[in-house]
Amino acid sequence: MEQSILTINNLTKKFGSLTAVKDLSFTINKGNVYGILGPNGSGKSTTLGIVLNVVNKTSGDFKWFNGNTSTHNALKQVGAIIERPNFYPYMTAEQNLKLVCRIKDVDHSKIDEKLEVVGLLDRKHHKFKTYSLGMKQRLAIASALLNDPEILILDEPTNGLDPQGIHQIRQIIKDIAAGGTTILLASHLLDEVEKVCSHVVVLRKGEKLYSGRVDEMINSHGFFELKTEKKKELISILESHSNFSNLKIEGELITAFLNEPMSASDFNKMMFDKGIILSHLVKRKESLEEQFLQLTDENEINQELGKLN
Amino acid sequence: MLRLLKIEFDKLRYNKASRILILTYFILLVLIALFAVIKFDIGPVKFHLAEMGIFNFPYIWHFNTFVAGLLKFFLLLVIVSMVSNEYSNKTLKQNLIDGLSKKEFILSKFYMVLAFSLISTAFVFVVSLALGYIYSSYTEFSIVFTDLEYLLAFFVKLVGFFSFGLFLGVLIKRSAFAVATMVVLFLAEFISWSIVSAYNRGTDLADSIYQYMPFKSLWNLIDEPVSRLSAVQTLANQIEEDISYDYSVHWYEITIVLGWSALFIFLSYQLLKKRDL
Repeated sequence: MEQSILTINNLTKKFGSLTAVKDLSFTINKGNVYGILGPNGSGKSTTLGIVLNVVNKTSGDFKWFNGNTSTHNALKQVGAIIERPNFYPYMTAEQNLKLVCRIKDVDHSKIDEKLEVVGLLDRKHHKFKTYSLGMKQRLAIASALLNDPEILILDEPTNGLDPQGIHQIRQIIKDIAAGGTTILLASHLLDEVEKVCSHVVVLRKGEKLYSGRVDEMINSHGFFELKTEKKKELISILESHSNFSNLKIEGELITAFLNEPMSASDFNKMMFDKGIILSHLVKRKESLEEQFLQLTDENEINQELGKLN
Repeated sequence: MLRLLKIEFDKLRYNKASRILILTYFILLVLIALFAVIKFDIGPVKFHLAEMGIFNFPYIWHFNTFVAGLLKFFLLLVIVSMVSNEYSNKTLKQNLIDGLSKKEFILSKFYMVLAFSLISTAFVFVVSLALGYIYSSYTEFSIVFTDLEYLLAFFVKLVGFFSFGLFLGVLIKRSAFAVATMVVLFLAEFISWSIVSAYNRGTDLADSIYQYMPFKSLWNLIDEPVSRLSAVQTLANQIEEDISYDYSVHWYEITIVLGWSALFIFLSYQLLKKRDL
């Protein structure tokens, strides 16, 4: 059995009449990189706030590790950054990290090592308030890594950064993930989650739409993009073939969605046997963005149908 | 406990404003000694404060703790800002995420309150002892160490006052507003007391109610010492005014203030627990 790091059961949070998180359940297992994906206001930060002891839950529960330690003690084995990097502005990077070491009950010896990881070692004697946003964010990561955490939680880590800063942060996250640390990354940026995560939880208005592997997010075998001189024949073949569920025709371009696995070369051969010569053949999988939109759309359609019924 | 104190101490020590306030406070405490050199010598009128007996043992314990008590405002600013800064820098949130519990957070602040009070008390003790040995007419051991309960009262007074500040800091989250609220509460208590006592002249009604209020209970711990001076007493006797007064520290006064302190700390904790950050 996989070792669970965080288990959330039926978690609900209400702010007055607004339900920010609704009956949410999922499990984080050791060694994977998880994304929490959802548009702004979908309850990502609230969920993280609850498990990080800064927001009170309305109902449901969660447990860290095996559930035998108090939340605040469990958090000593967690590294987390939520929203903006928060440090004492009048202290230097090193002094701030020393304070975090005291809180987490770990030795000061890791400070230089972690500052090195995020490339701030040469600035360690500078006050936090003199740092740029990118540097602040990197310091926050260094701080979260001080205790060699079991899990690193990042909430919108690249928000507000310039492209270079975004690149640096993503590279750091990838390096950390490559080292085997479990990561939970909340983001509204699909490509960020797609690039970094192996598993994803999709939230919309506080409700879970999907949780599982990123590549299984939609049971999809991909689709072919096709062009040919003999458009009509091609369409009729595709329509009669059981491997294809759906066709989309945009001008010259025909998009055929697969409902069973099929390789591009097999398809090409089949077409050739039937006397159709393709001038364009590309096999693609939906990007996470397309899958995500499909997921949220489906949900919306279901809801609309629900209302009609 | 040591871990929490160290955490708090680090937060304060690098903060310039706090350092300056703390330094000012302790310098002012030493400056109590300057009362000694107040000396008017205008022809026939000779006035030397040190020779009026304010530094006589054991009266000095009463006088110095009273005067030092007036300076506590400086440390109040430090206490309030050390709480409200955690909100404005959002470091409270980060502390909790890093694994400090809410209880530990309040405790660390409360330990700092205790530390400040203890250090102030020790400081006043040393300054008074030195001044006393220089100026007191009596330096017998048994006299020097009588009336030390004023030091206890001083300690409790600081703990109560700072706990109040701590609570307001947690409640209001902004130093300036928290201090302003304290001033408003003080005025409210003082004015309502004045009204009640004006309507009940000649009775103890106002005092017997207000001894339970936060500011009055703090004030009651150490009564004003001036009327106790022999010179003032002599003057009063001459004009046949009876100002005799119970100056001693009473256990129930201490209990009331300790009760308030406990309540303030408890409420701070409850507030923090209930709040979403």
